[in-house]
Amino acid sequence: MGLGGRVAAIVWKDLLIETRTKASFHSMLFFAALVLFVFSFAIGPDTPLLKRIAAGLLWVAIIFTGILSLSRTYQAEEAGGSLEGLRMAPGDPRAIYLGKLAGNIILLLAMEAVLFPASAVLFQLEIGSHILPLAGIAILGTIGFSVVGTFYAALTLNIRAREILLPLLLIPALVPPLLGAVNSTQLVLDGNPLGEADVWVRLMVAYDVTFFVVCTWIFPVAVEE
Amino acid sequence: MGRSSPLVGWLGGAALTLMLIGSAIGLFVVAADAEQGEVQRLMYVHVPAAWTAFVAFFMVFIGSVLYLVQRDPRADRFAAACAEVGVVFIALTLVTGMLWGKPTWGVWWTWDPRLTTTALLFAVFVGYLAIRGFSDDPDRRARWSAVVGILGFIQVPIVYLSVVWWRTLHQPPSSPRSVSSEILWTWMLNFLAFLLLFSYLAARRARLARLEAELEEREAYDV
Repeated sequence: MGLGGRVAAIVWKDLLIETRTKASFHSMLFFAALVLFVFSFAIGPDTPLLKRIAAGLLWVAIIFTGILSLSRTYQAEEAGGSLEGLRMAPGDPRAIYLGKLAGNIILLLAMEAVLFPASAVLFQLEIGSHILPLAGIAILGTIGFSVVGTFYAALTLNIRAREILLPLLLIPALVPPLLGAVNSTQLVLDGNPLGEADVWVRLMVAYDVTFFVVCTWIFPVAVEE
Repeated sequence: MGRSSPLVGWLGGAALTLMLIGSAIGLFVVAADAEQGEVQRLMYVHVPAAWTAFVAFFMVFIGSVLYLVQRDPRADRFAAACAEVGVVFIALTLVTGMLWGKPTWGVWWTWDPRLTTTALLFAVFVGYLAIRGFSDDPDRRARWSAVVGILGFIQVPIVYLSVVWWRTLHQPPSSPRSVSSEILWTWMLNFLAFLLLFSYLAARRARLARLEAELEEREAYDV
């Protein structure tokens, strides 16, 4: 089996578990919606204000939810000690990273597909006419988050206090995709009159490519024993 | 085995001497800034401390790469010592920056790109020290923290770029004022003094780490 086949096998296995149990997806979705609610309660029912900062609230909700779900990335393997088996399997250990990365991206994008319309309802946003650009931004932002997140989740797997260590390492690294996603989302929602969103899209592309290459390359070091 | 080399002692002496000279020049010789007044003298600590912190984090990167290539515990101890001392210098940079910002800009904190990036860099290397603090096995600790040291260094330029865009798309960047040669000269002197101080402290810290490792090994034999 080549690298592609091994990656596909891991993605297939994880998505199969997820679609059979749906535990992770449903709780993620409700958690993200609750974060949006908490923001609204904390800021107050000031609809013009909420509308102006909606992109920021939305992406912070996605990042918080994403961090919680990241710590579950390798949970299925951990319980039976089968990560050891995956690592020892012949072939490049990078297949584990690429498979888990693809799984995380798919799961997060599925959640965003519900969360974007939900926030449009909550904050009275006009997303109907911007679906394609918003989908592109969501994909780029989610790839950036997952590339670094899946990597640090593997790195902190065997560390005490990893629940706090993972966000501690991850959040400073996520500043570029967060800024890129929030600003481009807001600009698109405002109609992108000056075409400024392009800068942020380019930033996200540069970030995604750079960290995809670096994290894939260095991954074997993170999981070796 | 436990002896530190005499070179380290000389390094400390040279650092102390240069710091005394540099501080004296910064405090008494260079004229006070026409616009900002005496508070501008803080820059003779602030700027060299920032430069030293950046050098420190570059050293962490070098040590991390060396460790992953050679798996030599000395490279790991070098990187860890540089990170620990570097965090002190970056904290000094942030604190002096705030002390200068309050009378000059009227606020302790502003979302200036360099300020924001420096604070994020501080967070990255606190993460580096935290991952070391939470792992007990020396090999794993070295490997994990080396990975964080490399990724942390790579993310600095792209974080800086993103923060610059974030600020400049909303407000014009503050115009860089030309700096007189007198000021530059004092910065350079203090930078050299801080670099020597940094090297001295890092050498001491690395030696302590080596002694700790030897002690651990000896205890492992005794048990």
